[in-house]
Amino acid sequence: MLLIPCPYCGPRPELEFAYGGEGGIARPADPAALDDDAWGAFLYHRSNPRGMHVERWRHVHGCGRFFNARRDTVTDLFACSWKVGEAAP
Amino acid sequence: MQRFSGLAVALRRGAWGPQWRAPEPQAAYDAVIVGGGGHGLATAFHLARDHGMSRIAVLEKGWIGGGNTGRNTTIIRSNYLFEESSRLYDHAVKKWEALSQTLNYNVMFSQRGVLMLAHTVHDVQVFQRHVHANRLNGVDNEWLSAEEAKEFCPPLRISAGMRYPVLGAALQRRAGTARHDAVAWGYARAADALGVDIIQNCAVTGIVRDAAGAVEAVETTRGKIRTPKVGVVAAGNTSVVMAMAGVRMPLESYPLQALVSEPIKPVFPCVVMSNTIHAYISQSDKGELVIGAGTDAYISYSQRGALHVSTHTLEAICELFPDFRRMRMLRNWGGIVDVTPDRSPIIAKAPVKGLYVNCGWGTGGFKATPGSGHLFAWTMAKDEPHPINAPFTIERFRDGHLIDEAAAAAVAH
Repeated sequence: MLLIPCPYCGPRPELEFAYGGEGGIARPADPAALDDDAWGAFLYHRSNPRGMHVERWRHVHGCGRFFNARRDTVTDLFACSWKVGEAAP
Repeated sequence: MQRFSGLAVALRRGAWGPQWRAPEPQAAYDAVIVGGGGHGLATAFHLARDHGMSRIAVLEKGWIGGGNTGRNTTIIRSNYLFEESSRLYDHAVKKWEALSQTLNYNVMFSQRGVLMLAHTVHDVQVFQRHVHANRLNGVDNEWLSAEEAKEFCPPLRISAGMRYPVLGAALQRRAGTARHDAVAWGYARAADALGVDIIQNCAVTGIVRDAAGAVEAVETTRGKIRTPKVGVVAAGNTSVVMAMAGVRMPLESYPLQALVSEPIKPVFPCVVMSNTIHAYISQSDKGELVIGAGTDAYISYSQRGALHVSTHTLEAICELFPDFRRMRMLRNWGGIVDVTPDRSPIIAKAPVKGLYVNCGWGTGGFKATPGSGHLFAWTMAKDEPHPINAPFTIERFRDGHLIDEAAAAAVAH
């Protein structure tokens, strides 16, 4: 089980969290302006890297807030986490 | 290739010897398969046997069958909901029925039946819908009452006092299990006999494209190999390999766990699955109970899963089969499964000329191995999909033609 560094509450066990998928994917400001390729890519294509991954978590059984984190998908070790709206460290 | 038979065993003197060669990679091939699991080896076998291609290499970064082929729970079934999936998975089941003869290698395919348990009124409705849909599509599936389910699988507990009582079950009698290692070895031996080079300990590190963008070669840890056709069959690592050609995939890779118990005498006659409380179980011919757990919540390539995930499954197993409560688990492990947004696979041409991809089998690819190899080889050889895999494109995520099998996939996502 992961020990996840919530930037609001500190390190907590994984069971308190919900995974929020890849981070940094902004919803297009004007979806109607996109062609099908771009909209499909926004909805479904993911980096899925073997290595460092920027992702979102939500501390559902704690503060309830979303935040961002960077984790190595091979070792599962967290490098850092940061609050929504802050720049990535 | 020396054919195996009862007579060959009786007349045998001395050791059998290696069943496939360990060739050095050549400078060029007509087709290169990336990934030496069951699907990749089956693809190479069909390319060589059905399409007359003889210069084929299977590149495997570790040893053949060492990834998900050797890590899964060996369940084979075709009781998926939609027509596209029914055709795809039943195509494989029909090939399983003849596979030992096709390969002259005993894959120990056992049609012992798969029982899918319903624990809620909603489960009952959904599974009965599955039964009807399957039968309309020519796939066997039948509805059993809880008492009939217990008769089919005596260790099953059906008492009303359970937190999630068994209200009935869907039974596919043609479903069952096979010996996973034998599938990899049988395909390797048969493909090798047709001239396919199976090159182990050879990781692909790059995909080279020519000025027009078409595939030209692959870079590997054992040198550059020229080829006009590359088939990527890399399961959990598909996104990584496809990124070498600049293609982003609608995939996420998760660890999926399985466990085996200490071996015991035969007690378990079939396969039982419960999606609702998440457990699936069968007994191997060695006597071990083979138990499938769930995926972790987050993407990972770690090939191990969290303890709370397997604990959750063992709690469900103990609830359904109280006889097993004092058994000890011998081993647990994880495989990295590549999951698509609609839980259906991709067997298709990639948006790069000469590049093909067979992936997205998620938590249940083993069952499709013979069909997948046949269809993917067809797609690579003819540069167009077979009618059965035509719906399973990458472009369905652009066009919205999803084949949403989340309910039929064994693992609740």
